[in-house]
Amino acid sequence: MSQPTFLLDGQSVPFDDGQMILEAARAAGRYIPHLCWHPDFPPHGSCKLCVVKVAGRHVSACATPARAGAEVESDTPEINTERRTLLQMLFVEGNHFCPACEKSGDCQLQAMAYDLEMTTPRFRHFFPDRPVDASHPEVLLDFNRCIYCELCVRASREQDGKAVFALTGRGINKKLAVNAESGRLADTDFSADDKAAHICPVGVILKKRVGFAVPIGERTYDRAPLHEVALPKSEDSA
Amino acid sequence: MALGASQRVDDVLKRFGERPEYLLQMLIALQETENWLPPAALTALASALRLPRARVEGVVGFYSFLHAQPVGRYRLLFSDNIIDRMLGSEVLMARLCHNLWLAPGQVSEDGLASVDVTSCTGLGDQGPAMLVNGRAVAALNEDRIDIICELIRQKLALDAWPAELFEFENNIHQRDALLSCAAPPGDALQAAIAMGRDAWLNQVQASRLRGRGGAGFTTAVKWLACRDAPATEKIVVCNADEGEPGTFKDRVLLSAHADLVFEGMTLAAWAVGARRGFLYLRGEYLNLRPALEATLARRRADGWLGASIGGAVGFDFDIEIHLGAGAYVCGEETALLESLEGKRGTPRIRPPFPVTHGYLGLPTVVNNVETLAKCCLIALHGGAAFAATGTAQSAGTKLLSVSGDCARPGIYEFPFGVTVRQVLDACGAIDTLAVQVGGAAGITLAPYEFGRRVAFEDVPTAGAFMVFNDTRDMFDVAHNFVQFFAHESCGFCTPCRVGTSLLAGTLDKLAEGKGSPADLLEIEDLDRLLKQASHCGLGSAAPNPVIDGLQKFRPAYERHLMHADFSPAFDLDGALRRARQITGRDDAGAHLPQQPEASR
Ligand SMILES: Cc1cc2nc3c(=O)[nH]c(=O)nc-3n(C[C@H](O)[C@H](O)[C@H](O)COP(=O)(O)O)c2cc1C
Ligand code: SF4
Ligand code: SF4
Ligand code: FES
Repeated sequence: MSQPTFLLDGQSVPFDDGQMILEAARAAGRYIPHLCWHPDFPPHGSCKLCVVKVAGRHVSACATPARAGAEVESDTPEINTERRTLLQMLFVEGNHFCPACEKSGDCQLQAMAYDLEMTTPRFRHFFPDRPVDASHPEVLLDFNRCIYCELCVRASREQDGKAVFALTGRGINKKLAVNAESGRLADTDFSADDKAAHICPVGVILKKRVGFAVPIGERTYDRAPLHEVALPKSEDSA
Repeated sequence: MALGASQRVDDVLKRFGERPEYLLQMLIALQETENWLPPAALTALASALRLPRARVEGVVGFYSFLHAQPVGRYRLLFSDNIIDRMLGSEVLMARLCHNLWLAPGQVSEDGLASVDVTSCTGLGDQGPAMLVNGRAVAALNEDRIDIICELIRQKLALDAWPAELFEFENNIHQRDALLSCAAPPGDALQAAIAMGRDAWLNQVQASRLRGRGGAGFTTAVKWLACRDAPATEKIVVCNADEGEPGTFKDRVLLSAHADLVFEGMTLAAWAVGARRGFLYLRGEYLNLRPALEATLARRRADGWLGASIGGAVGFDFDIEIHLGAGAYVCGEETALLESLEGKRGTPRIRPPFPVTHGYLGLPTVVNNVETLAKCCLIALHGGAAFAATGTAQSAGTKLLSVSGDCARPGIYEFPFGVTVRQVLDACGAIDTLAVQVGGAAGITLAPYEFGRRVAFEDVPTAGAFMVFNDTRDMFDVAHNFVQFFAHESCGFCTPCRVGTSLLAGTLDKLAEGKGSPADLLEIEDLDRLLKQASHCGLGSAAPNPVIDGLQKFRPAYERHLMHADFSPAFDLDGALRRARQITGRDDAGAHLPQQPEASR
């Protein structure tokens, strides 16, 4: 039986029934930008970096089921401009000083900004006040860089069985909460071996004392751009 | 934890059972005594419900009316819709602050009171209004403010305050089929039961009834999908969140025609086979709750709720009231379902839709208050009779909540197809500059459009109709609405969370007279992004007032521009204010010019 297909920027992409546009594209070796999507979890749909245009409407590729014959626009000037604006929003709402950040070179937000050729922050900075939490012996939380992808929330809940993180606040005052009356990570059952300790796409959840073990210049996205690194390795996509 | 506090947690657990989906209701009840939720109480509640504490904290943090910090024994929140402002809310708030010696946003030193603003409280026809510990007081004036201050100084419990302070008017000025319906409770149900479930649904189909909550979805299609969804348990939800600024017709239906609303819910249950129903009542309408509970009790006693309703064996259905707690987004149906489940009101990814995966994953019908009340008319008089009024695509009548610059603000029921001009004449509006139909998320109409019709095919509306005369500045109106959206954004998706704040910030800059033409371009760019990339209707509607304003009232915006291509939002001289204060200097040398250098 022949598999149904849709067109991504004019090229045919096969998909399985119920598969989302982003997943099908990835399986076919085609990259659509994403920050809150992760292969281990159901789609979340919050960052909107995966925005694509289908039949004139802008939809989230990670959460929109693929349809046979659909024409999906992704790598176009219009959509990439929209993504760049979203990135600029993520940069100005937090405090991102890349040159001083130990995640620099391993950070997906920074790598995506390079990928999409974001050259200025464009908007006024919000400079929010978000104190760091250094209480835990092994892990530092620098909330200044949180983009609210909730990957740590989901990983801790679903993979570690712990629920160390949750979101609180609303709107622009949303923030990450830690599961303790004191609000300190040290007072939770969090461990550096948790899945949640390794999933943050930006520089919030950082293992202490190894920040510069790999020198800047030799890090993940120093060696290859995000749109290559983010695709599944050929052996597991087969 | 103090003994009293742990006792209260136990009481709340006893009242609601150890059911995590009642978390929001428990938090609201728990807060009643002390007006805030001490950390230890949250820890105790979380552990009793076996929920992560951070999740409980996350729910508290989401809702404006829940507090993780002390807020004063009397919490006074002024409704901050543009209509309340036009009625003088700001002066009255200043008077109250002056009387009580406190500043907005702060708790008085003795912990007695705190004053702040809140989103539209749904009393635009009798404003300005405010909430006192969650209970609404309308028709504020200087006398009422002084009385309230005195009651607070005497530290009198709210229950001992004069009852008339908490009473509302219905202000019904124009009745049609719904508001003049005098059928006794149960008649509509009896008629639908006599028809049988399927024939009843056929009548709803024939009526061409469409949702009155905003989106205008065909009601029968929704009910059919829910009926046919494979599950043994189904749910009916009445959306009484009514958060759209300037909308208050659901409040009036719930106070003057509660039987029609509950009967409509029961009719929906009969059609889809539901056994449980929820009325999701916005926290601002707390005053209505006792009467609504009494109506439910009477309907149970009369056999219109409970087991074998109307004698139909197997037709079992009952209704619970759940309160919201200050979050406009919870009117969006999937956010409402999250809230009903005791969670943060974040809109879900759709599909799946509520008709197949709703409350706790069960097939669920969510309908607006007015939609459900209208179902009674269909049961009583038949679908064809209902479809005989209105327009081709909009059958029946529509309740309008009229407020603003007119002689008779209040409720008007007109058949769909009524022109804006006819409504303006009916309410006694003169020298009208603009009408905002559909609330902050709706459409701004200029005089050349007053011949347009209220109907899904022309000017759709959930019911708000705000009138502005020619002394008003439409920039101020849009500015107020954009601040509302920024305050109410749930923060889930990037474009709305950040975009509404950026938009509000840019309008703030214009309001201070520091705007430039570049800002107008920026506004248009943000508008486009919000419309296209937002996760739910809040974000995509947020730029509406500005888009319409720039198109139809551009001079109102241009008045706020400095004549430069670009001027910075950052106020150099303002940034030195604190340094001047500390050094006690205010000479010319301690000031910086704001104008950009010519060398740019
Ligand atoms: C931000 C937002 C707020 C909403 N608020 C309400 C509301 O307060 N009341 C309401 O009935 N519908 C509201 N809606 C529409 C609901 O999502 C839903 O369409 C409606 O309750 C369905 O009922 P109906 O078909 O009877 O209109 C809102 C939608 C959005 C996007
Ligand atoms: S801490 Fe990291 S993983 Fe968690 S929500 Fe923030 S950005 Fe996402
Ligand atoms: S559009 Fe706004 S309200 Fe809707 S999900 Fe996004 S952030 Fe929340
Ligand atoms: S990757 Fe799709 S919304 Fe974040």
